[in-house]
This record gives sequence, structure tokens and C-alpha cells, in this order.
Amino acid sequence: MINHDVIIIGGGLAGLRTAIAAAQKADVAVLSKVHPVRSHSIAAQGGINAALGNAEEGKDDSWEKHAFDTIKGSDYLADQPAAETLCREAPSVVYEMEHWGTPFSRFINGRIAQRPFGGAGFPRTCYASDRTGHMLLHTLYEKSLKDGIRFYSEWLLTDLVIENGLSRGVIAMNVKTGELEAFKAKAVVFATGGYGRVYEISTNALINTGSGIAVAYRAGLPIEDLEFVQFHPTSLFGMNILITEGARGEGGYLINNKGKRFMEDYAPTLMELAPRDIVARSIQTEINEGRGFEDSYIHLDLRHLGEKKIKERLPAIREIAIDFGGIDPVESPIPILPGQHYSMGGISTDYFGASPVKGVYAAGECSCISAHGANRLGGNSLLETLVFGKIVGNAILEHLEENASEENTTALERTLNKRRNWIKELLEKEKGERISPIREKMRTTLSDKVAIFREKKSLTEALSEIEKLKERYKKISLDDKGLRFNSDLHHAIELEGMIDLAEIITKGALSREESRGSHFRLDFPKRDDQNWLKHTMAFYSDEGPKISYKEVDITKYEPKERKY
Amino acid sequence: MNQKKENIDLTDYIFKVLRFNPEKDKHSFFQTYHVSIHEGETVLEALLDIQDHQDGSLTFRYSCRSAVCGSCGMTINGALALACKTQLKSLFRHEILIEPLPNMTVIKDLVVDMEPFWNMYKIIEPWLHTEEDAPEKERLVSPEDMKKIDQYINCILCACCYGACPVLARDEEYLGPAAIARLFRFLEDSRDKRDLATIDRFNNQKGIWGCDTVFQCIDACPKDVRPTDGIAGVRRKYLLHRFRRLFRLAK
Repeated sequence: MINHDVIIIGGGLAGLRTAIAAAQKADVAVLSKVHPVRSHSIAAQGGINAALGNAEEGKDDSWEKHAFDTIKGSDYLADQPAAETLCREAPSVVYEMEHWGTPFSRFINGRIAQRPFGGAGFPRTCYASDRTGHMLLHTLYEKSLKDGIRFYSEWLLTDLVIENGLSRGVIAMNVKTGELEAFKAKAVVFATGGYGRVYEISTNALINTGSGIAVAYRAGLPIEDLEFVQFHPTSLFGMNILITEGARGEGGYLINNKGKRFMEDYAPTLMELAPRDIVARSIQTEINEGRGFEDSYIHLDLRHLGEKKIKERLPAIREIAIDFGGIDPVESPIPILPGQHYSMGGISTDYFGASPVKGVYAAGECSCISAHGANRLGGNSLLETLVFGKIVGNAILEHLEENASEENTTALERTLNKRRNWIKELLEKEKGERISPIREKMRTTLSDKVAIFREKKSLTEALSEIEKLKERYKKISLDDKGLRFNSDLHHAIELEGMIDLAEIITKGALSREESRGSHFRLDFPKRDDQNWLKHTMAFYSDEGPKISYKEVDITKYEPKERKY
Repeated sequence: MNQKKENIDLTDYIFKVLRFNPEKDKHSFFQTYHVSIHEGETVLEALLDIQDHQDGSLTFRYSCRSAVCGSCGMTINGALALACKTQLKSLFRHEILIEPLPNMTVIKDLVVDMEPFWNMYKIIEPWLHTEEDAPEKERLVSPEDMKKIDQYINCILCACCYGACPVLARDEEYLGPAAIARLFRFLEDSRDKRDLATIDRFNNQKGIWGCDTVFQCIDACPKDVRPTDGIAGVRRKYLLHRFRRLFRLAK
């Protein structure tokens, strides 16, 4: 049995920022299924929002205006105190990253450069060219090396152990050896990121299975608003690699096969810089109505920005377009289409990242503090990891002061043995279905039937397909019967959770008979504040998720119709 | 939002993958897989196709599949590269030889033990060294000064350079190209105020003087970092520091 004050699951930005805060006074370990710098935070491109007012056009910006943009962007589903905290604390966490060494791009006067982004009233997005996530994650990893934080790299979380409403710790597998271990901890933090790979078409890293959210769900934690799935407007046709919103922030155009900047039909004021839900739906509508190219994509045209600006501000985008799309954006438009990108929903927490179970916290994409509501603004996710990572880390220090160590380890040992037997039986099983056809079916089902445009019929079909997948999962067997670095076993453990998440997303989407933010029902195309200004809460049961609802916390921003 | 994946021409490839599982194998061996796949796809996609449809026991690391996380460095037809960045058609042949990164111990198949690489990275203290208290806002840095570190911050710590380095092949205690180039990234950062005396400990053949300057690391880098330039830069800065120290003593 391994013992730490705090176990943080996930080594991306949220996990590391939490670790750095908590490690000021506590014994902290970060457990991650990949080496921390391999986490998906590394792939974030366009930037991080903070009302610094560094740009000439941004002089009148303020955190209150940032909060308003965030809440309006959320289609008023955000819990307003969470959005306010996010925006109020933004400048301080960005300055902190600068002090720790992040090489932000600069204006001529030496200040951090800021660019326009979707749904924002001012140029508010701080950036390090178009590799902002890469720069932030390396900085935080380096800071955590300096602070001597303990890492368990390539360990996969399998179970969260709760007893009498209290966290006891977690069970995890050392991927290199296949050995299971119990980790006793006074506080457990989920910082495990999103579940993009539940979908076939996703901008996410291949490791984004949502396994942390799934483990929390199985342990009984409420999962909030999971039907709100963000589709990024611009993923590269073919591989669906992200093409940053910064490309439009720098002035890029979206063009259909008639050569028209079609956003003028959908969002005449903000055009290409409308919030993501609106731009993604507009692009999909153009494709569906025959104004795309090859019926599959539309063009993101950067050519008018000129070679110098493209090379300076968007070097990684140019590299991606050349390496993975075979085109140079200096010379040709980039073929793009919407792809699953981000989860607004996640493990339900209070404003300090605490779940309803004492000692269990969540931060970053896997959490739902609900700063983003039904649609997140670009540049707010990196911000969320840092602001709430820091808050959670400090909240845990307070929790540790008030709670003595729990000596009872029976529940941990019981779960450890149960999981050990489960793995043993799975490895010994000779006959059964391989896991990849099940995973493929899940992915295509979600991308076909639980995507940008939803309706009762396809959602119902998806739900019954997911039922079948659950049955098929019970009969799997593995190719790899060994323990050492067994990817097959690793994938099998995660697949069970992915199917759970697919079910929660679909059931939540079917239940929510309105359109709000990223959730658009063809059969209920209007927002319905009377009946649906509320959060979905999903609880685990053997028969599938039990759904209930929770009030939205509104402080001073009255819900209004969104116009851009 | 479906993408047409049907009706595209598939090409037959033969993948010969060096496999080794110390749990059961005495020696490593090449296993052959036949894959039909579009030539515009990458080596990583071909390996995932094998894992998904033929052999779930084939083991390799991957994450972002967009050349930024640094997980999937390996040896592809004798050259070190990221599997996710290597398009099949760029290889100009249909038989593809896949081996793990050199200079590190194999854990299983294409997965190597990167601990020595991470230790070297840590040892150069890869964080900003500053003396004074942080200002209220950001430290001012000119765009020109930021540009000086531009190529070095592009490093994704994939260890392709570490695998390619002939010095590391004969001396595993050598710091290696990535770590020294990272050190240069900080020395060139106008905000970093580290005392160069802290790198006296690398003033030897295991440290900044180990490099043979044969540029293998530059060829291997998938992100156009030139580690050798960084090594030369550290040497230059360190010598200048030593001379200055001597002159100060002489006064």
C-alpha cells in the first residue's frame, strides 16, 4: 500500500497546477497513465483568456466583461459564481505562468501579446504563437520538477474507493509491470481530462478516453451536463487535427463552395468569431445543404494574411496543414469540418472543486464546476485548468488541516482484490470478442447519432446500440495474456468506462428537450428557460444512469437571447 | 459530419516490427504484418490498425497523433522519427522496418525505458532561475529577445535526438543533446538570471564538452530544433563566463 496526503490523477495542466498548490504544505503525488508532458494539454494551440488590456483595442477590457462574455457564451447555463471566479482570477494565473517561465508571445512594448477569439468583446487571448498548451505544460512540468513533486508515470487509475461517504484512496495499475497497487490518500483529485475518443471524429489525443470521469461515476459521484459536447468548428479534414480558433482570430475566413463568407448569414456582427457552437452548426449546415466541398468540408482561408503573419503567428498550424493535410496555408485554403473537441460536462463539484464525497475533488475538463455551461468559449479551457487547479490545491490544504488520517484500509484492500481477480479472469479467458470492433461501433454510433444535430429518433437508436455494446463488452477476451505493458488490457479497462460515458451523454441528450449551446435538438430547436434552465445530474445504477436536475446559480446576468 | 473513408485506394504494406517481451522472449525477433491502408496515412495509423485488427499484443506509445506530445519516437526504416508524423508514402517503399529508439532499454516491443533521458533533463534544472521577487504584472521581454529561444522551445522531448546521439551510444552518462539544448533555452532567456557557476559541474566530457558535433541530432529532430547549435551556444556562454571570472580574479 502506497500512502500520500494527496493523490492527483492526471498530469496535464489541471493536475500539475493542483499539485504545485497542494505541495506547498502537503505530501503530493501525481499519478498519470502517460508521462505528464504527453498529456493532451500539450496540444492546446490558440491561447488563454485574461483581461490584461495589453492590446490597443483591449484598453477598456475588464474581468467583468470577460465574465459576461463567458456567461453569454454558455447560453446562460454556467453557474455564474464559477464563471466570475474564472475571469477574476485570470490575470493573476497568467502572470504567474509568465513568472515561472512561459515564453508568451510579446507586443513591441514587451507586454504579453493578446489576440481576438470567438465570442469575446476584446482581444483577450494571451498566446505563445500557436503552441500555447505546449509552452504552459512544459513550464508547469518544469516547475513541478523544481518543487520535487512525486510522479507515478504510466499508472492507470482503475477504481476510486469510497466508504461511508468518505474517500479512502484509489486503486491503480502500474502499466509497465501490470501490478495493481492501492494508494491510500486523504484527498484524491481527478484531473483526467475529456472523453473525445468516445467519438469517431474528434480533435482529441488518442488517450482521451474519459476514463477518470468513468471511474468517478462507477464509484457513485454525480456526473453533470455530459450531453453538452463541444464540436470545434475547424478540424483538419481527414485526420481531424485541431486548427486553432486563433487562425480566425488572426483574420482567417470561412468560405463555402460558392466562394462566400457564409458566416454573414448566421452571425453578421461577429462573423467567423462567433462562439464555437454557432460556428460549428453553421459549417455543418453549409455542408449538409450542399455548399461544402466534396460534400464533406469547407475552406478556412488564411492566404490574405500573408506569408509573414502566418509564419509568425501560426507556425504550428502551417506545419500541421503541410504534414497532415498536404497543403501550405500560405498558398491554399485549409479543408476543415467540425469535430468533437471538448466536454463542458464532467464530475460535479462545488466552486472549490470539491465533489459531494468528502476528500474527492476534480479540476479541468473532467470536472463540471460549470464555468462553461452549455458552450465554452475558446481560450477559457486553459484558463480553467490553472484557476481551478490552484483553487483546488489550496482547498485541499484546508481540508487536510481539518481531517485526520484515516487508518482503516479494509475497503481499499477489498477493492484491490476485486480488481485483481477481474483482471486475472479477463487474462485467462480464451474465447470472446476482441475489443476494437466494440470500440469502433461505439465511436461511429456517437459521431453519427449524438453529434451536432440531434433528434429523438437517432438518440433512441444510439441508446439501444449502447445497450448492445454493454452486453458485448461482458464477453470480451484479450489477445495479450501477459502483465507487462499490456495495452490490450489497458484499453479493455478504459472501454468499459467509455461505454458508460457514451450512455450518459446520449441519455442526457435524449432527456433534454430543448436546444441550448452545443446541444441542438432538431425536434426542439428553441432554448426553453421555463423548463430547462437546469443542470443534468447522472448517477450510476446497474440499469444505466439515473438522471435528475439541479438549479443554475444566477447572480447578476439575466438570461437573454443570444445574438452575435 | 461523416468523412468519406470508403472508395479510397488502399495500398498493401508489409510491416516488420522488432518485438521483445522480456516476460517470455529470450531474444528480440521481427514479426511480419500485412496491412492494407491508404498511402496518405501515417506509420502510427498503420500500427494502430495492426493493434486493432490483428494483434492486440503489439505494444507502442502514442498520444496526440499530431507531432506535439513526443510519445511515438521510433526507428522507421533505419531513421529516427515520430510514427505519427511519418506518412507512408514519404517512405517510398512498401516494406517497412520498425524498431524501438536506440540508446535505451526495451521494456516491451517499441516501448523503451526513458528514465535516463528524463533524469538528464531534470539535472540541468530546466526552470527559470530568478533572483528578485516577481513583479506585479509580467516581466517585459522584447519580441526580438523572445525570438532567440524560439527554436529551442519547440522541443517536444521525444528523445529522437537522444536515440540518434553517437556519444550516448558509447557513454550512457552523457547529458545528451535535448538536455543541453534545453539548458541553452534558459541561458538565452532574458528573464533567466542563473549564475553560470552552477554549470561548472557540466564542464566535462559527460556534460557540455561531450558532443562529437556530427549533427545526428539535428537530422533526427522532428521539430526542426538544432540541438548542436544549443550545445555550441552553451559552450560559448560558459567560456565567456570563465574568462570573465578569471579577469575578475586577476584584478
